[in-house]
Amino acid sequence: MAFDEMYTAEGEIRPAYVGVAKWMAAVAPEQLERRRAEAELLYRRGGITFAVYGDTQGEERIIPHDIVPRVLSSDEWSRLAKGLEQRVRALNMFLADIYGPRNVLKAGIVPEDLIWRNPAFRPEMVGLRVPHGIFVHIAGIDIVRIDANEFYVLEDNARTPSGVSYMLGGREISIRLMSDLFATHRVAPIENYPDQLLDTLRSVAPRGANGDPVVALLTPGQFNSAYYEHSFLADKMGVELVEGRDLFVRDEVVYMRTTEGPRRVDVIYRRIDDDFLDPLTFRQDSALGVPGLFSAYAAGNVTLANAIGTGAADDKDIYSYVPEIIRFLLSEEPILKNVPTWRCREPKDLGYVLDHLAELVVKEVHGSGGYGMLVGPQASREEIATFAARVKARPEGYIAQPTLALSTCPTFVESGVAPRHVDLRPFVLSGANGIRIVPGGLTRVALRQGSLVVNSSQGGGTKDTWVIEC
Amino acid sequence: MLSRTADSLYWLSRYVERADYLARVLDTATRLSSLPAAYAGTGNEWESALITAGCLEAFEEVYDVPTAETVTEFLVSSNRNPSSIRRCLEIARFNARAVRTALTAEMWETINGAWLELQGFKTKSLLSTDLPRFLDWVKEVSLRVDGSGHRTMLRNDAYWFSRLGIYIERAESTARILDVKYHFLLPDQSPVGGGLDYTQWTAILRAVSAATSYHWVYRESLKPWLVADLLILKEQMPRSLAACYGNIVANLDRLAEAYGRKGPSQRLARTIQTRLVNNRIENIFQAGLHEFVSDFIRDNAAVGDAIGKQYLA
Repeated sequence: MAFDEMYTAEGEIRPAYVGVAKWMAAVAPEQLERRRAEAELLYRRGGITFAVYGDTQGEERIIPHDIVPRVLSSDEWSRLAKGLEQRVRALNMFLADIYGPRNVLKAGIVPEDLIWRNPAFRPEMVGLRVPHGIFVHIAGIDIVRIDANEFYVLEDNARTPSGVSYMLGGREISIRLMSDLFATHRVAPIENYPDQLLDTLRSVAPRGANGDPVVALLTPGQFNSAYYEHSFLADKMGVELVEGRDLFVRDEVVYMRTTEGPRRVDVIYRRIDDDFLDPLTFRQDSALGVPGLFSAYAAGNVTLANAIGTGAADDKDIYSYVPEIIRFLLSEEPILKNVPTWRCREPKDLGYVLDHLAELVVKEVHGSGGYGMLVGPQASREEIATFAARVKARPEGYIAQPTLALSTCPTFVESGVAPRHVDLRPFVLSGANGIRIVPGGLTRVALRQGSLVVNSSQGGGTKDTWVIEC
Repeated sequence: MLSRTADSLYWLSRYVERADYLARVLDTATRLSSLPAAYAGTGNEWESALITAGCLEAFEEVYDVPTAETVTEFLVSSNRNPSSIRRCLEIARFNARAVRTALTAEMWETINGAWLELQGFKTKSLLSTDLPRFLDWVKEVSLRVDGSGHRTMLRNDAYWFSRLGIYIERAESTARILDVKYHFLLPDQSPVGGGLDYTQWTAILRAVSAATSYHWVYRESLKPWLVADLLILKEQMPRSLAACYGNIVANLDRLAEAYGRKGPSQRLARTIQTRLVNNRIENIFQAGLHEFVSDFIRDNAAVGDAIGKQYLA
């Protein structure tokens, strides 16, 4: 039985949800349906869409937004926030270490070949100094809950985590369509996220930049699945949304082409993967990037956020070492727990995993988006057999975790309001002035009954996340 | 602002304006082709529509004979016509999406909303029973886009580039109508007041939505030279060449002032404007209406190129 965030096992309503419960009892189902339809219309008209790769039917889809908010008490949140801050601090120190003195490797905390053989590790970054030693300026840490007391980190996202526009969009929906419910709660605001993001980006400008650094958001363009988010954030920050062809490098300085001639760019919030950033240094066939960008970066004339090579800190293998990394680099006990993880690369773990496939979740180390994973309890015998063969053929490519009973939240579905599994992705900003997290984050919900997969590409939806005083 | 952003704003406006123009051309052709030959003339109105739309060549690669069906299909929804109305609205929306940050929410929602509504028109019914409703809808979309831009955009370079797109495209449209129909406007071509000419003059005025304006300006029955005067020289008429150039010069000057620098596009536009302001329709007829219009189309394209080179690349 999964932990329900609204009801206790005895059927009593938890304090944070008292207001929501009262409201749900009072509002007629047709009312709910009307508001849900209205929310969808708002998303459509606003073009708040995403693209699913490989889907030829709908070029653009919207992520279903569930109007029933997910509520956390401020006590729960402050505990969580401390843990997030600690974790992101450690990830930044870890990256500075593996591209610098490598103490973590020398001390044997993390096996060396996990770094050297990791395709996300960028040898070009070794010895390179980044402003204020910050690599991960924007992190999305995926959190799950399985009981009243513990939050677990499910995954670290240190490359180009997305979803924050849905967090902000969901809040707008609450304020507009759920004003009756919203008015009865003191919900911590999140609207200042774009300001904090801009502030964070400006704080890490290169030393040579003048007092008013120019920030630009680099997008792969409008065919990218997260293009809406890119344009949304650029707009809210008041910075230019650039594509690779809008930028050029001269004498190791980055400029954008404007109607008034070239203009120097100091900080690039890039939403393009490492591979595509600079055809001269990385993938030569990339038409999305900027030739010479890496040389300007290495010369310290432009800051990239996130830094290059941050993927070396967030794959599912490294994940399993993060608690030890925290102990070693920060000399602190980890506040947030990891989900127990078996590393198939280790023979002892592999044996256990192969024997217990039917109860485990097995994931590709370098996979993302809910693709290429096996959810044992929901898989057929054949699926398990095929997957077992794949794991045996390349054990180092997989990790396994117990099938967690993710917590559930009341969610509006066809049959009325019913519990559905949720996770949470808070966004953690690291700048020269420290770490900032707007209260809450993006709650993703698995809309299909019993489903544990919350990814938007796999039928997941979103919810507004409220941190309230109660 | 980014050159690419300016470019997208400029073309966004041009394509919406073009869709509007195509809708008017089709409207006119439908009306003329339904009249007896004694009123409408023996020429093929559908071929004439293609020339006015500037896509006869593209059409001939796809179809043999211009008929009501083939031309309507080609101008409204053909995938093989790079500027069918459907393609225009799709390209406009594509440009809008590329520069969302430079648009106001109202403008974006207008364009995106139009694009969503466009999906609701099924090609089959659109070409038959729904055509008049569709053409009205297209004209309404251009009003909404124009209006939302006018009411909500900051008056800065983004706005000026989007306005430039409208007026360059509009000047070209009006000039094209004159180019195709000029022979009906020559004074001594046939006895004044004949049914045929009268219908054609009305059609011309209707294509630039000036049928009513004509009477308010001249308070006379239709005279071909006055129709030409209205379309070329009357600044009060929002689609006249003079009005377009008044706006083109004004918007280019605002850009030059904001950027602190003038260039070829400002100089070229001012030359054309001077030619329009200091002219009389008698002189234009004397020197040759057709030559005047051909020169204008060429010069207008040159201004477009100059804007492209100076700001959008």
